[in-house]
Amino acid sequence: MVVRENFTSQLEELKDKLVSIGELAQEALQKAMIALTAQNRELALTVIEEDRRINELEDAINEQALLLLAKQAPVASDLRKIIAALKISSDIERMADFAVNIAKATLRIQEPFIKPLQDLPRMADLAIGMLHDAVTAYVEEDVVLAKQLADTDDEVDALYGRISEDLLHVMTKHPNALSQITQLLLVARYLERTGDHATNIAESIFFLVKGKRYGLNE
Amino acid sequence: MSVATAQAQIFSVRNLNVWYGSQHALKDIELPIYKNEVTAIIGPSGCGKSTFIKTLNLMIQHVKRVRMSGELLYQERNLLDQGVDLVSLRKQVGMVFQKGNPFGKSIFENVAYGPRIHGMSKKKELEETVERALRDAFLWDEVKDRLHTSALGLSGGQQQRLCIARTIATRPEVLLMDEPTSALDPISTSKIEELAMQLKKDYTIVMVTHNMQQAARVSDRTAFFLMGELIEHDETGKIFSTPNDTRTENYVMGRFG
Repeated sequence: MVVRENFTSQLEELKDKLVSIGELAQEALQKAMIALTAQNRELALTVIEEDRRINELEDAINEQALLLLAKQAPVASDLRKIIAALKISSDIERMADFAVNIAKATLRIQEPFIKPLQDLPRMADLAIGMLHDAVTAYVEEDVVLAKQLADTDDEVDALYGRISEDLLHVMTKHPNALSQITQLLLVARYLERTGDHATNIAESIFFLVKGKRYGLNE
Repeated sequence: MSVATAQAQIFSVRNLNVWYGSQHALKDIELPIYKNEVTAIIGPSGCGKSTFIKTLNLMIQHVKRVRMSGELLYQERNLLDQGVDLVSLRKQVGMVFQKGNPFGKSIFENVAYGPRIHGMSKKKELEETVERALRDAFLWDEVKDRLHTSALGLSGGQQQRLCIARTIATRPEVLLMDEPTSALDPISTSKIEELAMQLKKDYTIVMVTHNMQQAARVSDRTAFFLMGELIEHDETGKIFSTPNDTRTENYVMGRFG
């Protein structure tokens, strides 16, 4: 007989919700980057509009976690599952906010790009890949994958440094493009932060599996 | 939960084995019990936790066909050796049971009983001892005006605290508690839990409990027994957050037992 069957199934539900919010956030970031690259204003507006679903899902996760804590008195790995779900959902929600920010930047850029975007989409692929791996590592409780994705953050940070330099260089040559370059600098910053939040999730996975805190953000 | 830094052991259990006839009830138990701490003993029914606690004051010897081997060191003496003075041992290692079992006498007489049989006869001294024990058991204010009425008129929670007062009246070193709150309502339960946490200043407490949250709230260390074996013994915070053994984790998470 499975003891605490109801509780176990509620923990599974919490996990499913977390996977959903992770997938929605990946989708939002992907769409935001497509909208930016193609300067597709309509798609950018969709990203902003759809963020509500992600916020609602985060609320639902918080609510369910709160009830489980209050009613089930979880301990040991059960307790860590719930704490990790709270922390991870908050990181993911923040990442989805960056998708919204990128969409807003897209709307603010009125004129065509001075040169096509190359490094930013690459940086986005890395950061979104980190989120994808984070969700997989969470589901599989795979600390090796969690460590790998945290290591990828170094590449994201390096790209951020290079992109910032390039953009500042372009700015000196095209002072009239100040507005779009400022927005692109911000996008680079959002993607860099996205990588940091994915690394936070990796830390939460270590906590979930090992029961100890590991600083992967250094 | 802070664990005393001075880790004086009051009991040291080494390689303890207990058999009931051919049934091997406790297997190679190694367990230190530290002074002025609450040690919780947890585990599913039949795991040996009651056997263990009854071994600590040798109450187990009253069971037919019981055999023991190993070391049960108390005050540097192996209690399993011949010639232990049981009366003196039980005075030092008192026990409180699942359900309050006061004698059908007055509240005062219940508490005075122990000191009296250990030779205390002066009225004033007895009165002081009874009052101190009742105060220590957080019962004095509730009963001071009816000390000479029957103890059986007290509520279940009060009866349990009376039994604790009766046990500490002889100033034992160790208090054994065998599921002391399993028959009590939540308020009485939390009074006994508070009491246990207060009493550890002066006594060492070993508590068998089926209530996992009680072990988590009250104890400094927790020992998990399963089928006669001691699976894990550690600081309570560790047992309830990151136990080493999967069986311990499954048990504290309520996944079996």
